[in-house]
Amino acid sequence: MDSLQSYLFISIVMFCLGLYGVMTRRNGVAILMGIELILNSANLNFVAFNRFGGLGEHLPGHVFALFVIVMAASEAAVMLAIIINLYKNFQTVNVDEAHEMSG
Amino acid sequence: MAEFGFTGIAALVIASSFWVVTARNLVHAAVALMGTLFGVAGLYVYLYADFLAATQVIIYVGGILVLIIFGVMLTQRISSAVLLQTHMPNRPLAGVVVFFLFMGLTSLLFRTPWHEGEQVMPESTVTIIGTSLLTKYLLHFEVASVLLLVALLGAAYLSRREDG
Amino acid sequence: MDIRSTFALLILFLPLASFVLQIFFGRRLGPKGVWISVAALFATLILAASMLATVVLGTPMDHHPEVEWFSIGDFSITLGFQLDNLAVTMLVIVALISSLVHLYSVEYLRGDVRYTRYFGYLGLFTFSMNGIVLAHSLIMMYMFWELVGLSSYLLIGHWFEKDSAASAGKKAFLTNRVGDIGMFIGIMLFWSVTGTFTFHGLYELVDVDGANLFAGQMGLLSLAGGLVFVGAMGKSAQFPLHIWLPDAMEGPTPVSALIHAATMVAAGVYLTVRLFPILTPAALLFVATIGAITAVLGALIAITQVDIKRVLAYSTISQLGYMVMAVGLGAQQAAFFHLATHAMFKGLLFLCAGSVIHALHHALKQRNDHETDAQDMRNMGGLRSKMPITWITMVIGALAISGVPLFSGFLSKDAILAGTLAFAGENSAWWAVLFPIAGFGAAAITAFYMFRLIFMTFHGKPADAAVHAHVHESPPAMTGPLVLLAALSFALFFTLPQVNPLNSEGWLTEALPQVENLTGHADLGVEHLEHGWHEAHDTAVNLSLTVAGGGILLAVLVYLLSLINAAAIARQFRRVGLYQLSFYKFYFDEIYDALIYRPFLWLTEVVAWLDWNFWDQWFIDGLGRNTVRGGNASGWLDYVWLDQYLVDGIGRLTQRIGATGRKLQSGRVQNYLMWALAGGMIVFFVASQL
Repeated sequence: MDSLQSYLFISIVMFCLGLYGVMTRRNGVAILMGIELILNSANLNFVAFNRFGGLGEHLPGHVFALFVIVMAASEAAVMLAIIINLYKNFQTVNVDEAHEMSG
Repeated sequence: MAEFGFTGIAALVIASSFWVVTARNLVHAAVALMGTLFGVAGLYVYLYADFLAATQVIIYVGGILVLIIFGVMLTQRISSAVLLQTHMPNRPLAGVVVFFLFMGLTSLLFRTPWHEGEQVMPESTVTIIGTSLLTKYLLHFEVASVLLLVALLGAAYLSRREDG
Repeated sequence: MDIRSTFALLILFLPLASFVLQIFFGRRLGPKGVWISVAALFATLILAASMLATVVLGTPMDHHPEVEWFSIGDFSITLGFQLDNLAVTMLVIVALISSLVHLYSVEYLRGDVRYTRYFGYLGLFTFSMNGIVLAHSLIMMYMFWELVGLSSYLLIGHWFEKDSAASAGKKAFLTNRVGDIGMFIGIMLFWSVTGTFTFHGLYELVDVDGANLFAGQMGLLSLAGGLVFVGAMGKSAQFPLHIWLPDAMEGPTPVSALIHAATMVAAGVYLTVRLFPILTPAALLFVATIGAITAVLGALIAITQVDIKRVLAYSTISQLGYMVMAVGLGAQQAAFFHLATHAMFKGLLFLCAGSVIHALHHALKQRNDHETDAQDMRNMGGLRSKMPITWITMVIGALAISGVPLFSGFLSKDAILAGTLAFAGENSAWWAVLFPIAGFGAAAITAFYMFRLIFMTFHGKPADAAVHAHVHESPPAMTGPLVLLAALSFALFFTLPQVNPLNSEGWLTEALPQVENLTGHADLGVEHLEHGWHEAHDTAVNLSLTVAGGGILLAVLVYLLSLINAAAIARQFRRVGLYQLSFYKFYFDEIYDALIYRPFLWLTEVVAWLDWNFWDQWFIDGLGRNTVRGGNASGWLDYVWLDQYLVDGIGRLTQRIGATGRKLQSGRVQNYLMWALAGGMIVFFVASQL
């Protein structure tokens, strides 16, 4: 069970579910959750390859995953700021209702 | 025992992430996301990434998830029906697309002859990560810090009161 | 860069800078700003003079830098300078007259509506003229040639509110265009014969035994030379393209002095002198004939004109005829000599006339008289006491143009007349005698009409004593150039270091020796000419003194002492029609009207009638009617079959597809993401199956 493929499989499942969430959710916060799932699946890949890839004592996968976490944190902060702004202006967080720019 | 642990964690991750994207109640989704994030942290432990597992718990569960719940709370009245999520009308079609994507990726997973090297369990990943962050990845580290700073400023700027 | 090229570039572009400055910033700079232009022009004068000084002190200038402009295959067009003694001398003439005219205009046009723009145009004109002088190739010269035409149009039409000025500008431009067409064809012919556009290249070809080189193509070369000369005929106002010059007197008088006395009209002569080495005997004879006719014709018309500027205009035409004739007869050095001296004294005469007109105009304005023509000599008279400086300088100019010893005109005119005599002596054909006759005849008439002008303007009784009382001498900015040009009209300046007033040798002849012609050993070879020249010199001096003296004496008798009644003579001539012939300028405008303009109108009417009745009504309309019938039939088919089924069917189909497709454009990013993903998967799937 504890093989590369099983980690990759979990990663695939998380990725697909995250994508599904991003595509189907109306609520901005829910979309953000989907994105977090996708990022976590990517991180899982990095770390899994770092362990099974025969890199010895080097840990580039871990470092990369750290950077992704940093990126995710900043992204979450900015996106929540945007969503709160959206709520202030439109009284909704449903992204499809904020369509002033649509033709 | 380890086998069972792994299977349990994997099941937790898959089930909770499924719940994240399907739950009608946003608060439930947030709770499910917490489960997923904890599960991933557990998987990190299995992958000999102890530092990363700790980081995952502290930053993701302690930071980002709290942020998300704040977002949910600030924009919805918790008792109102609005909190119950509706989905986009493209839901069935998106399900089909994602299903095919899942099929494609899994077939790729099984068809690819993965190269597996020798596994080494480091004494302490903290030392290695810390050293490489300040030597080999110094530039990346600095760029990431600038990114954080800018995101901080941007978020503060965006969410401030217009008249304040 | 070579210092000579730097100088040449500065001389060329300083006036252009002045133009740009006055056109774009003139209003902001105000009237005081024109002094910048004056300063720029004097700077070019200093630069040109320093180059001339080098030449005079014994270092011949022979510098021809060039840069490639563009190339097509192996053939390339270059831009560059032909800096030789001729160009340097001409540059000094242009810069001198132009800067003096600038200075003079500061006062003359004070208060004009387009004061600064006028100075801008003067700068543009000087730039183009310098371009002609410096041009190293026929192509480059043609470009500046056209620029000169343009700037002269702008300057002649300066007072374009007046219809006559506007149409005079147009006439000058169009007449010049006629010549330019010929010139352009000529340039192309030159290229097809010699394979080069540059003067330097042409001279080199001539140096290498030109007569044999082109032996088989003499006819073509003659045609080319003649056609290029047609361009010179336009610019230098040679018969029969001289008609624009008198009308161009509508421009401000300083412009007349600059363009129509000293520089623009000299461009044609300059071009002819430049091309002299490569002109064939036939082309030269053509040139000489045109020149001789022009010289006599201009002089004859000038006798009877009453407008002071028109007298000078016809005088200019006559003198240009002289120069052109001299080039045609092989006396190219004498021609350029006359060009130089003529630029000084004719510029002087025009500026004097301007001074008189200016004074009279102001006097008339004070009397609130807007009817009397300030340019009509009959309204002048007795101005000597009021305008002493103008009077004395204008007399000097008249003496110079008449060819009186001690003055510059004597030397150059004498050289030309000696050239005609030498040609007649060397050439045994009967018509060769006509050239000296034309030359001496025109010289006599010139002396007569010039002193007629002087006497009518400055002597005798004032036409209107009240106006006369208000006349004042012009301000120093105007009289200064007069005095300077009067000083330069003395022979001494052209013969230095020689001081013998009867000898035309000097620095100018030293710097510009007689050059070898293509037909070096043909009938009118230079060696023969020089030989005959020395023999003819004494005869020429005596004869020209006689005719000049005779002309002046006649003018004194008729107009100063009134011993002979001018009106009575005019009546006599009127009886046989000669007076009218001269007064109405040999009816050239009328002839052109009758021979070119009216037939052309008639032809256009005929063509228009044919066009309407035959072509339009019968052919085109008939065709149209049949087309309508055919069109109706095809229209029915078109509508029922093509439109209803095919076109509208496609349209409906497209509409349906569009209606379906627009649903995709929901404006929701999530939908786009889904479709993009689906598309990407399809691509991957297809790619994996291949």
